Amino acid sequence: MLTNTKNTEHVFKSVGTSPVRPDGVPKVTGIAQYGADYSLPGMLWAKILRSPHAHARIRSINTAKAEALPGVKAVLTSADLPALPFDYVGPERVAVNYWHMTRNILAREKALYEGHAIAAVAATTAAIAAEALTLIEVDYEILPHVIDVDEAMHPDAPLLYEDMITRGIEPAPSKPSNISKRLEFKIGDIDAGFASADEVVELSFKTAPVHQGYIEPHSCLARYGADGQCELWSSSQGHFVVRAYTAKLLGMEIGNLVVHPAEIGGGFGGKTVVYVEPVAVALSRKTGHPVKIMMSREDVFKATGPTSGSSMTVKVGVKKDGTIVAADGLFKFQGGAFPGSPVMNAAMCAFAPYIIPNVRTVGFDVVSNRPKSAAYRAPGSPISAFAVESVLDVLAQKIGMDPLKMRLKNAVKAGSPTVWGPKHSHDGYAETIQALLDHPEYNKPLGKNQGRGVASGFWFNGGGESAASIHINEDGTVVLATGSMDVGGSRASMALMAAETLGVPYASVRSTVADTASIGYNHVTGGSRVTFATGLAVVEACNNIIEELRLRASIMWDVDVTGVVWEDGYAKPADISVGDFEPLSLKAIAAKRAVTGGPIVTEAAVNAGGQAPGFSTQFCDVEVDPETGAVKILRFVAAQDVGRAIHPKYCEGQIQGGVVQGIGWALNEEYIYDKQGRLANAGFLDYRIPVASDLPMIEAIMVEVPNPNHPFGVKGVGEANIVPPMAAVANAIQRATGKRLTELPMSPPRVLAAIDAG
Amino acid sequence: MSKHHITTVINGDPVEFLCLANQSLLDVLRNDLNMTGTKEGCGTGDCGSCSVTLDGRLVCSCLVLGVEAQGKSIQTIEGMANGEQLHVLQRKFLEHAALQCGICTPGFLIAARSLLERNPDPTEEEVRFWLAGNLCRCTGYNKIIEAVLDAARELRGA
Amino acid sequence: MIEMRFEQPKTAEAASALLAGTQGLAKVLSGGTDLMVHMRNGNVKPELVLDVKGIAEMNTIAVEDGGYRFGAAVSCMQLLENKAFAETWPGVIDGANLVGSIQVRGRATVAGNLCNASPAADTVPAMIAAGAIARVVGPKGRREVPVEEIPAGPGKTTLEKGELIVSFFLPKRAPRSGDAYLRFTPRTEMDIAVVGVGLCLTLDANDVCTAARVSLGAVAERALLVPEAAAALIGTKVDEAALANLAAAASAAARPIDDKRGTKVFRIKLAGVLARRAAEKALSRAKGN
Repeated sequence: MLTNTKNTEHVFKSVGTSPVRPDGVPKVTGIAQYGADYSLPGMLWAKILRSPHAHARIRSINTAKAEALPGVKAVLTSADLPALPFDYVGPERVAVNYWHMTRNILAREKALYEGHAIAAVAATTAAIAAEALTLIEVDYEILPHVIDVDEAMHPDAPLLYEDMITRGIEPAPSKPSNISKRLEFKIGDIDAGFASADEVVELSFKTAPVHQGYIEPHSCLARYGADGQCELWSSSQGHFVVRAYTAKLLGMEIGNLVVHPAEIGGGFGGKTVVYVEPVAVALSRKTGHPVKIMMSREDVFKATGPTSGSSMTVKVGVKKDGTIVAADGLFKFQGGAFPGSPVMNAAMCAFAPYIIPNVRTVGFDVVSNRPKSAAYRAPGSPISAFAVESVLDVLAQKIGMDPLKMRLKNAVKAGSPTVWGPKHSHDGYAETIQALLDHPEYNKPLGKNQGRGVASGFWFNGGGESAASIHINEDGTVVLATGSMDVGGSRASMALMAAETLGVPYASVRSTVADTASIGYNHVTGGSRVTFATGLAVVEACNNIIEELRLRASIMWDVDVTGVVWEDGYAKPADISVGDFEPLSLKAIAAKRAVTGGPIVTEAAVNAGGQAPGFSTQFCDVEVDPETGAVKILRFVAAQDVGRAIHPKYCEGQIQGGVVQGIGWALNEEYIYDKQGRLANAGFLDYRIPVASDLPMIEAIMVEVPNPNHPFGVKGVGEANIVPPMAAVANAIQRATGKRLTELPMSPPRVLAAIDAG
Repeated sequence: MSKHHITTVINGDPVEFLCLANQSLLDVLRNDLNMTGTKEGCGTGDCGSCSVTLDGRLVCSCLVLGVEAQGKSIQTIEGMANGEQLHVLQRKFLEHAALQCGICTPGFLIAARSLLERNPDPTEEEVRFWLAGNLCRCTGYNKIIEAVLDAARELRGA
Repeated sequence: MIEMRFEQPKTAEAASALLAGTQGLAKVLSGGTDLMVHMRNGNVKPELVLDVKGIAEMNTIAVEDGGYRFGAAVSCMQLLENKAFAETWPGVIDGANLVGSIQVRGRATVAGNLCNASPAADTVPAMIAAGAIARVVGPKGRREVPVEEIPAGPGKTTLEKGELIVSFFLPKRAPRSGDAYLRFTPRTEMDIAVVGVGLCLTLDANDVCTAARVSLGAVAERALLVPEAAAALIGTKVDEAALANLAAAASAAARPIDDKRGTKVFRIKLAGVLARRAAEKALSRAKGN
């Protein structure tokens, strides 16, 4: 069910409709090609040998027997890849360190988690490659391991890096630890703030690592030619980033690698990095043949990028009237075997929806013997929100205030402060709260063992680099290309924005995703940036093309270009004084292109800023079985400020999808490790994502408070919806049972234990 | 290794292939017959992406041996449309935006068609329970269920 | 690499001979929904896989002596679709309807579920509660075995080398009988049972329980037949007190482990909760509601 709150007088012809997407028919007929669907003649199959140990020194790797197996064409280890310097590169929040990255692709000194890639084999069949793996002899010195974040921070914890000195602490510690970094944000005076509060609540929380859970395992096909030119077909969230990382890891020039964007079967952040691509390219280079790799489901769980597990303490103080006067959050995140958990995001987003004069957030980025975390939909924010939104619920109950009204009282708007410095630039949060207050079901009474929970969330959303090109075909149809991978229907949104800007029907715009050799740089499809930033590039390209079309018309009419206007898809004379000319369609102008200047093309590029953040407020009704601890979701309503829904059905789908991931995270999803630090549930049987019978219909409410920095008012929609659900469910369980759960997931044994604890 | 020579019917057409005894039907479809519309999401029958029908029975092709296809009739996603004419389920999935990344879509379509062949008037709950063996991570299932119910409505009315 | 052979015997005796005559590992393939997973995981590398789905007597569902016999190659979906069987043994159907997914049920068989010998198998408790008898074919001929005697421990059966199950016999239903299978799983579908209870009871004209069988799954190394739990119901009207005794007996009989699917404490508690609920469901069916 869809409820739109429109804040606009504009009437659009294309934007705001929900037509069939360009890649729709290929996807419902099985023609669309994902990463594993490509083949080339003479192709080899590659398999990767992975560490069976959570932590071990690699004394030696002997590949001779594997190399000798008939059908094996090459064996790869880290010795085949160049050494890269230790350096954190790029903005702090998203910094990359290639010294770490190359070791995650293929281990060097140590195996740092069970599943860590050690070597790879390319052979004529997958079965031979698999057998060859069994012939690779690795001499491991097994070391004690540590998984849990609190245990990893302990001074006596086994160290992953004997030289890791915590950054962000002055003076620097003298002894190494597993704490890669400490960070802190602060405004105001929290001691004074808490002293002025009428009620203060402090609670601690723990969350287990969870995986993005995309259904498609990582896959790619690489063909490296004897001339050093390589083509790579890969499903990823950003083929330009794949190109950059792969070239760097192999010591290649970027221009020698062309990456073709395969369709992607889900990413949610987890496919913004590389795992198999550098291995496939290196093996293709070594063998002179195309090489295909497809990760198994087990390897996806063991060796890609689940998000952090955490240990958190959050303290908030309020006045009797619900004003929040102080907030303090401590966030300890384990980022896996290499630094880079999203704790900085968590520390920034935690209290971001609220005007609080005194705030401190402290974060620790901790390494532990599990796979390196990668982005997962608003990375970090859902985790800290679980803690903050739970504490706010406890406070709302203490002061006897409706939890939505308490949020509304403290809601940020344009000009409100943030803990990290700059002021909020956009309204929209309050409107999401209001949408729920106005919802007919919000005040509906519930029955026995039932409860209703409320939560909100914030996500920065991204801008960044995108490019778009437009060609007007000889018959006046339009080819629109961008370099933004399409994970959820963005080709349609780009076409809608182009159709609207050009004034032509959606059906006349062919929207494609171009490879890295055919368009300018596009950053990842992630951070909820594409409809915003790539949309800006598309609109700019359309505006450029309109200028060109006006110029061509002016030549055709032999008038000054100032006498030509573009209206509803036609070049028209600005007024009767210019001349009595019939309007010219794209088709008519294209027909004369040879004599007016040749092909009608343009490319535009942006480094977009001015994006608006995502705000979402949600309520959830649950029923808890008091004898088993089973939690049933009865109703889930999620309001999100989307700025403007370009394609309303796809927008809605983002909200529904993010909410359901959040429900899984709340109730059943977790990484379960055995005593040897090995993953006990590396499959969809025991890593339990929600199934269709677990859920009711998820109601998405798209609130539209347009972003003035985008021609159509777009705000990124993909991520903010996953931030509130865990707290919404926890708060609902509390209202249903009287028990506050502070550990995720809130699986039946935990809920039952809480109920039975009396 | 010596291979088995298998004769079968796929989407109404006679097909012959060679396979090892331990190859799954999914592996044969994708890698020997180049029919990549059927997807591998897990290989262990837990996600439903590899759904096909075998003599009209909805199954996971990763749990069937290639040799078991002998003499049987298989339907895959590639056979669901009739030339340019999409099956009503395919149309409804597109209209309702019931796919985002689309990797689970072939499996869902095959499974949903199997449901509607047996139960032309399912309730929402019946649809959800029949499709519980098909995992989707993008949509939260909402629009998939709506598309299936709408397709059922149209098939009954037609 | 072991080259795997694939055979499709036409009779049960031929299948038995092949199983007995293979030096290395020989596995029966009925539905394949467990075997394929074991093979993929590398747990099992059979030298010979025997597809028994071509054996006529393994494919039938028929009335026999007032009871039912169904073959070892009959899939869960085929059982569900057999209206007469489903109406007679709804508890067995409860279990068959919970194995995996529709896709899995399209292939999986009760025989395979039993012989895979997971303590959490969904069809086993209701079959035990029903008093089902397995017909086994082996080198020494045929024998009849109560199904509760087949599983020996996780992944192990009491079958000798060369033996395989051909069919199951469920006795004629006593009037005013009802059976039920309930399980607990974190999700509504697709999960392995954390606890399973199969229960069958018979009432007399005065609603007094005259016979009962209670079986617990996933709370020991194999599915258990729990006479003490049945005793809590026999001679009673299955009232609150009897149900409480039943629950206590079920919890007492449970000897589960902690594993990734559930803790000891949780399983022991739930054995009692589910036993009660299964009894209520079976009671309602026995009364014809």
